[in-house]
Amino acid sequence: MIETKGLRKSFRSRQGRETKTVEAVRGVDLFVGEGEIFGFLGPNGAGKTTTLRMLATLIEPDGGAATIAGADLRRNPGEVRRRIGYVAQGGSTWDEVSAREELVLHARMYGISKAEAQRRAVRALEAFQLTEFADRKCKTYSGGQRRRVDIALGVIHEPKVVFLDEPTTGLDPQSRAHMWDEIRRLRSEGVTVFVTTHYLEEADALCDRLAIMDYGEIVAEGTPDELKRDVAGDVVTVGLNGSTPEAAQLLDGEDYVNKLETTEDGLRLYVDQGATAIPLILRKIDGAGLHLGTIELHRPSLDDVFLEKTGRSLRES
Amino acid sequence: MKLLRDTWLIFQRQMVLVLRNPVWVVIGILQPLYFLLLFGPLLKDALQAPTTADAYRFFVPGLLVMLAMFGSMFVGFGLIAELRAGVIERSRVTPISRLALMLGRALRDVATLVVQAALITVLAIPFGLTVRVGDVLLAYLMLGLIGLMLSAASNAIALKLRSEDALAPLMNGVAQPLLLLSGILLPLTGWVATVADFNPFSWAVDASRALFAGNPGDDSVWQALLILGALTALTLFWSARAFARSVR
Repeated sequence: MIETKGLRKSFRSRQGRETKTVEAVRGVDLFVGEGEIFGFLGPNGAGKTTTLRMLATLIEPDGGAATIAGADLRRNPGEVRRRIGYVAQGGSTWDEVSAREELVLHARMYGISKAEAQRRAVRALEAFQLTEFADRKCKTYSGGQRRRVDIALGVIHEPKVVFLDEPTTGLDPQSRAHMWDEIRRLRSEGVTVFVTTHYLEEADALCDRLAIMDYGEIVAEGTPDELKRDVAGDVVTVGLNGSTPEAAQLLDGEDYVNKLETTEDGLRLYVDQGATAIPLILRKIDGAGLHLGTIELHRPSLDDVFLEKTGRSLRES
Repeated sequence: MKLLRDTWLIFQRQMVLVLRNPVWVVIGILQPLYFLLLFGPLLKDALQAPTTADAYRFFVPGLLVMLAMFGSMFVGFGLIAELRAGVIERSRVTPISRLALMLGRALRDVATLVVQAALITVLAIPFGLTVRVGDVLLAYLMLGLIGLMLSAASNAIALKLRSEDALAPLMNGVAQPLLLLSGILLPLTGWVATVADFNPFSWAVDASRALFAGNPGDDSVWQALLILGALTALTLFWSARAFARSVR
């Protein structure tokens, strides 16, 4: 649905008398499949928004190529516009008009007839649970309601792909969960969703696949599970009441154990997949008649992935 | 066709916004209203005009040009607010005509301008102003050209500057000399009149006065329409390019 090759963009900024060229995006290769929620994770200033704005035809790339929903971004941006939706970070509504008026106008900007635009507005208001305040002015809406209007606007023309730039930034936890549901609903309707975020939990919970971006480059790409597995696999901590040496002997050399460390009150086992390793570990220890106190599974987080790839923690940056 | 339809869409929305929050229309009319009420009465003596009506027949046509100038030069502020609200970006990702984004807004300014001008004209009638309908309509056409030109220019400049702090001093710096060199407040004489020959709005004021004096055949009328028409076409072209570039 989206394929990019070597997408580049640099900006000139002036600091005093010197002009500096900042390479915001330096060669992005991406593939996003149909009907995916694809996440773009990275700290602020990593180049996520710049990439997104290039793909949404808002800024012209310096180099590279991209095909979006079958249309060539460089040669035919007009056709790309017809096939995509874009929801900016900062909102997109006039204060003095209502959500219904905005939806109708926005649909009509795509060349849709007035009657059809009105029908679509009714459907969108219902789908995004906005019917109740459909005719109130946008300035009276809460942050979460405004975001829902923004997204409803972005998909009113039924695009194949929708780009959402940090759709949950600034929302309270409840509105965020609500937004995740909306995004999943779009996927269930066959829309490919491209979403940027700097929230680890969001990327993990929401995205089918994601790319991690840092300093204008993609440093890792895959499903959240793949990415985490690539880093270190899982860690299983076993608490043993005094029988640590025997257990260590028993488990060392099992082929699913990558590495084994002895701790104060038990063992730490590095495995590829904790979910399948735990039953095996349990059986082994139980079978030998050893006394098992506790067992715990630690899965690496996306922050561990980020740390591994960039040498920094995303939480710090 | 698409251009017309798109322009109409933008114009409609912009008019809805103006009607829901008409405070700027009111503020725009306050300045000429103050001049009409507080400056006009001084003119009979200052100009040594035979009657108050004569003084107003000299003053009101220029006042309307001033209204058109000041009403349209500052519309870029609205565009900057729209840029900040994200509505421009939202329009940009749609296939809507870029020219329509500019024209729809410029026509909004022409529409509000004509309403304001009609109001000022009517308010001047009690002071003895008389004018033929045909002449006044021709004068409004000229005001419309000024509005179209300055609105397009103001929006193009706003697109480039993207900051009220930069737009305000620039527009004030241009507006004041244009006003003083147009002969709106007093008849121009000496070297100032020579310099004013290079000010298209000074031509507009002369033409407006000829129309209100009942001389639509006066040379100044076709000259002003020609100059303003050409300048408006140039400005629209320039502004359309600015919109197409920064609103690719």
